[in-house]
Amino acid sequence: MPPGWGGTLLVGLLHSIEIAVGATCVGLMIGTAGAYGKLYGGPVVRDLLAVYTTIVRAVPELVLILLLYYAGTDLINQVLTSMGYQRIDISGLAAGIAVLGIVQGAYSTEVIRGAILAVPQGQIEAARAYGMPPGLMLRRITLPAMLPFAIPGLANLWLIATKDTALLAVVGFNELTLATRQAAGVTKAYLIFYLAAGVLYLALTLFSNLIIGRVEAWARRGTPSIREAR
Amino acid sequence: MSGDAAIEAVARASLWLKPHRIVLILIALALLLGAAFFMRWDWLPQYWEMGLVGLWRSLWILAVTCALGFMIALPVGLAQAAGPIWLAAPAKVFCTIIRGTPLLLQLWLLYYGLGSLFPQYPWIRESWMWPYLRQAWPYGVLALTLSFAGYEGEVMRGAFAGVPRGQLEAARAFGMSRWKIFRRVWLPQAFYRALPTLTGETVLQLKSTPLVATISVIDIFAVSSKVRQDTYLTYEPLLLLALIYMTITGILVLVFSRIEARIPVKVG
Repeated sequence: MPPGWGGTLLVGLLHSIEIAVGATCVGLMIGTAGAYGKLYGGPVVRDLLAVYTTIVRAVPELVLILLLYYAGTDLINQVLTSMGYQRIDISGLAAGIAVLGIVQGAYSTEVIRGAILAVPQGQIEAARAYGMPPGLMLRRITLPAMLPFAIPGLANLWLIATKDTALLAVVGFNELTLATRQAAGVTKAYLIFYLAAGVLYLALTLFSNLIIGRVEAWARRGTPSIREAR
Repeated sequence: MSGDAAIEAVARASLWLKPHRIVLILIALALLLGAAFFMRWDWLPQYWEMGLVGLWRSLWILAVTCALGFMIALPVGLAQAAGPIWLAAPAKVFCTIIRGTPLLLQLWLLYYGLGSLFPQYPWIRESWMWPYLRQAWPYGVLALTLSFAGYEGEVMRGAFAGVPRGQLEAARAFGMSRWKIFRRVWLPQAFYRALPTLTGETVLQLKSTPLVATISVIDIFAVSSKVRQDTYLTYEPLLLLALIYMTITGILVLVFSRIEARIPVKVG
């Protein structure tokens, strides 16, 4: 690890990536479950999911982060004290992942729902005709077939997640933006440090784009290209 | 005619208002009433005036940055869709940088980074701009405008490129000048194509406005933070704030869907 403030920035970047990866994973799980609930769930489940996705997409992330951060830690501590345990300090990392995961979940619900709808109905009917149980059908048919439709949207969500980690600076989690602010505040070299952080974020985005292109090509293997399909 | 419309509306309402929805609405009402009666709202009379000023400032920032950002997005999109390489390349770099870094960082870069440079130069301090450059809101407006321009520039690139070539060729065959083609054919059709995305972008922009509170602009978010600091209440100001943002989002979506419905023909 390089010495000085450069090292602080890199540690911050590492924390940002950790949160973004964690939040995307949590968001994908919520999104898959949410999409299934919206498509195949009962009327109550569908309405509740509609309320969840609408609220999360209508309220600023900053407000949601504050609300979920305080409400979440408060709720867990109240449950713990009522059960006779000690209050615990919830780590910023876990809280950040949970909060951003819930935000990401709402968006991925919509992306995955759209992708599942884009899978040709015949493929799912054929799987049913083979007598596949729902779990196996999800694993073997629906998920692989919807992947090419879902990946552009999910890739976008990953890029949004990397940028949303910056909002955790407001609740005091030591990720790249807050580390930059501290470094800039101490050294008074504001412009240099903010530019450096911008370069780091940009590098992360461009590197992600490179990987996303590969993954997209992999998910689309065996399917006709869009131009041929027209 | 109006009777038919009324019957249709009632039929649609009864179709929407299934038994489980009535139960859910009752639960939501109970939650709302519970929040109104069992939470503390005695701070409201003291702060509502400040809240209105903050709300007005948020909406004003939203309107100004969207309008200015859209005006920058037009040349940025056009340059990428049809411009020569020496115009298209800088426009693409601009969009990539804006879309590749967090808005909070851009905001702090402009306010703390650029803002710390200006006082070093006496000619800036003596110029007419200095009273503005000392305040926070110009930096907030600039950052939000550039951000909107970056995202919307990418959308407009696709919209300009998506207008069928035949339309432009037909306009040229009519002997229209290049400016007239742009004004009468290319821009309107591109705008119609971009309109659904524009709704989403505007809502995203609304959701970005609270970030200006981090550089000491007193918008509605900053007012709620002040209430939280003064009264030590955690939930009430935040819940009210969430409700306010949801209301604005709802109004925005409604207004844009009205505009979208006025588009005469199916674009395709």
